[in-house]
Amino acid sequence: MSKTVLTVDDSRTMRDMLMLALSNAGYRVVQAEDGVHGLEVLESARPDVIITDINMPRMDGFGFIAGVRGDGRHRAVPILVLTTESDATKKDKARRAGATGWIVKPFDPVKLVEAIRRVAA
Amino acid sequence: MDAMAAIKQTFFQECEEQLGELEIGLLLIQDGDSDPETVNAVFRAVHSIKGGAGAFNLDELVHFAHVFESALDHLRAGRLVASGDVLKIMLRAADMLADVVRAARDGGSTDVTRRDALAAELRALDPDAASDDFVGGDKESSADDSDSFEPVQICFNDFEDGSQNESPPSGNLFNIRFSPKPDLYAKANETALLLRELSHLGAMEVTCDVSRLPMLDELDPEGSYLSWTIALRTDRDEAAIREVFEFVEWDCELDVALGGVAAAREDAALDDLIEKMQASVEAELAAPRAPPGATQSAAAGAPGSPVQASSNSAAVKADSGKSSPATIRVDLDRVDRLINLVGELVINQAMLTQQMLEAGLARGSGVANGLDELEQLTREIQDSVMAIRAQPVKSVFQRMPRLVREVAAMTGKSVRLTTEGENTEVDKTVIERLADPLTHMIRNAIDHGLESPERRAAEGKPEEGLVHLSALHRSGRIVIEIADDGAGIDRSRVKSLAASKGLIAADAPLSDEEIDNLIFLPGFSTASTVSDISGRGVGMDVVRRSIQALGGRISIRSKPRQGSTFTMSLPLTLAVLDGMVVTVAGETLVVPLTAIIETLQPKSAAVHGFGGDTRVIVIRDQFVPLIDVGQELDFRSGIADPCKSVVLLVESEGHIHSALLVDAILGQRQVVIKSLEANYQHVHGIAAATILGDGRVALILDVDAVVTGARAAPPAFEQFCAAEG
Repeated sequence: MSKTVLTVDDSRTMRDMLMLALSNAGYRVVQAEDGVHGLEVLESARPDVIITDINMPRMDGFGFIAGVRGDGRHRAVPILVLTTESDATKKDKARRAGATGWIVKPFDPVKLVEAIRRVAA
Repeated sequence: MDAMAAIKQTFFQECEEQLGELEIGLLLIQDGDSDPETVNAVFRAVHSIKGGAGAFNLDELVHFAHVFESALDHLRAGRLVASGDVLKIMLRAADMLADVVRAARDGGSTDVTRRDALAAELRALDPDAASDDFVGGDKESSADDSDSFEPVQICFNDFEDGSQNESPPSGNLFNIRFSPKPDLYAKANETALLLRELSHLGAMEVTCDVSRLPMLDELDPEGSYLSWTIALRTDRDEAAIREVFEFVEWDCELDVALGGVAAAREDAALDDLIEKMQASVEAELAAPRAPPGATQSAAAGAPGSPVQASSNSAAVKADSGKSSPATIRVDLDRVDRLINLVGELVINQAMLTQQMLEAGLARGSGVANGLDELEQLTREIQDSVMAIRAQPVKSVFQRMPRLVREVAAMTGKSVRLTTEGENTEVDKTVIERLADPLTHMIRNAIDHGLESPERRAAEGKPEEGLVHLSALHRSGRIVIEIADDGAGIDRSRVKSLAASKGLIAADAPLSDEEIDNLIFLPGFSTASTVSDISGRGVGMDVVRRSIQALGGRISIRSKPRQGSTFTMSLPLTLAVLDGMVVTVAGETLVVPLTAIIETLQPKSAAVHGFGGDTRVIVIRDQFVPLIDVGQELDFRSGIADPCKSVVLLVESEGHIHSALLVDAILGQRQVVIKSLEANYQHVHGIAAATILGDGRVALILDVDAVVTGARAAPPAFEQFCAAEG
């Protein structure tokens, strides 16, 4: 059974690119547009891995991660944060908020899949 | 189109949206909005553009967006104050960014000098820039931006990552000690996976230290009790090893040392133990996240239960239904086909009704009731379909702030644009064709309407001129107004200019309103010199014509020293029309209802001849020119008897009233517009055609054209109306 990845990003372009890279690699993908939406679909999506952007309207990545980690049923889901390399402080903040790891934008599909494999079997 | 090309298209669409957000946000900040989310939204827009551009190797875009983003980051962090000057630079940068996006999309080029100058201005906004030695030179350096952001060439099809290749058991021997902290597990990292990743680097032997493992009753399920010693032989360096632990380095104790303290052990029993530990740790960690009931199969490594497997695709669909926004993108052709079909349905329904009447079926009969319901439903379907094509005027309004800035800069005037009713919806076609006239009118408002700052100051007005753009729905039409608080129309100049160009008689006694409307006449231009901005050979007559082509009307109100207001009223759709069906010389015509003010049966005493065939009619003490539609359209040569006819009092653009003479009124109905030009050719006085309930084709009258044609004919007539007007 293929693994499910929940992608949370307000950018349609980024969602599409993740969808392409992940479905090519054999993952099932569920998309959400921001943190609020991500938490809404969490239960039905039952992701094996979550990939989230940080800067989003309504609820940003930090709030979203805190929400997932505070949810008894889903708190053990690995969360990868999409970040630009310059965001060292953001990386740190995401890590503190409970992110499992990160993916640097613009991402290389190979690295993306590697990062997912590193956090999910 | 391959997948990446499609995403690229999405990217550019998204860019347009983000550029819109960017501009709106910056304007809000300029207006004093200090909500951090506004600044954040602005930052996010540029950040997203940069992110997407990086993926497509649009280097120019990446670099400019990066410089812009950095400046916005200062603003966001409060290191930079959102002063008027700062926002001016940012607004110009937003315009530049739009240019760079479009150049990237259309393959054009941008003004490099301007771009670099702006980039330098943006860099200078850095509060630390003053102390830097960096001189913003011409050379757009990526040196200082590349601190962090390097585009990566992406190939989405190549997944041969090489990590599966087992390294030969050669190279250095590394000794790794790895003790996870509870936080590592709390963040959903897994030791087993890390060890697996590590095993890709070379040949390794793993020892698990279980000495700290407490008895079961003391065991904290969220604690961390195991640590590992790994002997790894690899030809990769230490950095490669540390990279495996990149995500967890804060949440574990990690020690990587070159050289072999822990030599390879060949204790088969221990290996077995490690394997078992790994398996159990993996199973334990997998359990809480696996769906209930699947624990067993997940731990056993078996495929998911059949129920889950079969419901998988359905789940994807359900999820996507929930997760995607409540909108879909549909090819416009499909919508148009639907609209056409609904149009046919409307005609068909009308035919059925007609046939029912002809068959003499009683009003209350079952068939008649059914048909009534069908008519209701058809109307509703039609409205719903039309609503699909409706879009908020926002898309056009959004382009105006930039235009205003540019024209303001060119004319040296200070202008503030306010907008209202951006969410008012109108048919997509109308929106598309609205951009040009609107652009021209806003240019005019700034160039001709607003005074120079000095003159405004002298008049006691604020130096900043106001242009207000608004849209609203009124009686089934969209009304768009462009108001300025400038000097208003210089009536004496307009009148003398019109007279000097032979457009009116020099002594024609015109009302203020009529003088104002002279500017819509072909060949009229008020600017004494053809300026760079407004006078590109396009006058208000062209604006009026393009509005008329949309079935709209335009008029002006002006007050000296207080400003002018242009009002356009347009139909909400170009697909259907409410009309009055009339007969003229045996032909059936449809007159748009929006043009008709009232209908009346003239008395012979009210009609006065005025030389030749020209006649006027007195309606409530007003002289109104009487136009015989049959004659005007060459349906007949003789003159119709007004007393045996019906008069339609119509209003054409510029609030001009005329009386149209027709033979009889058959009724009112909604008709589906069929273009004559597309199917035949343009015919004077006819706007389009339609098919009536009985299947006959009827022509839709172009009221403005008929009125203009009739009034243009005898010059004396014009003067008469002016005199009596």
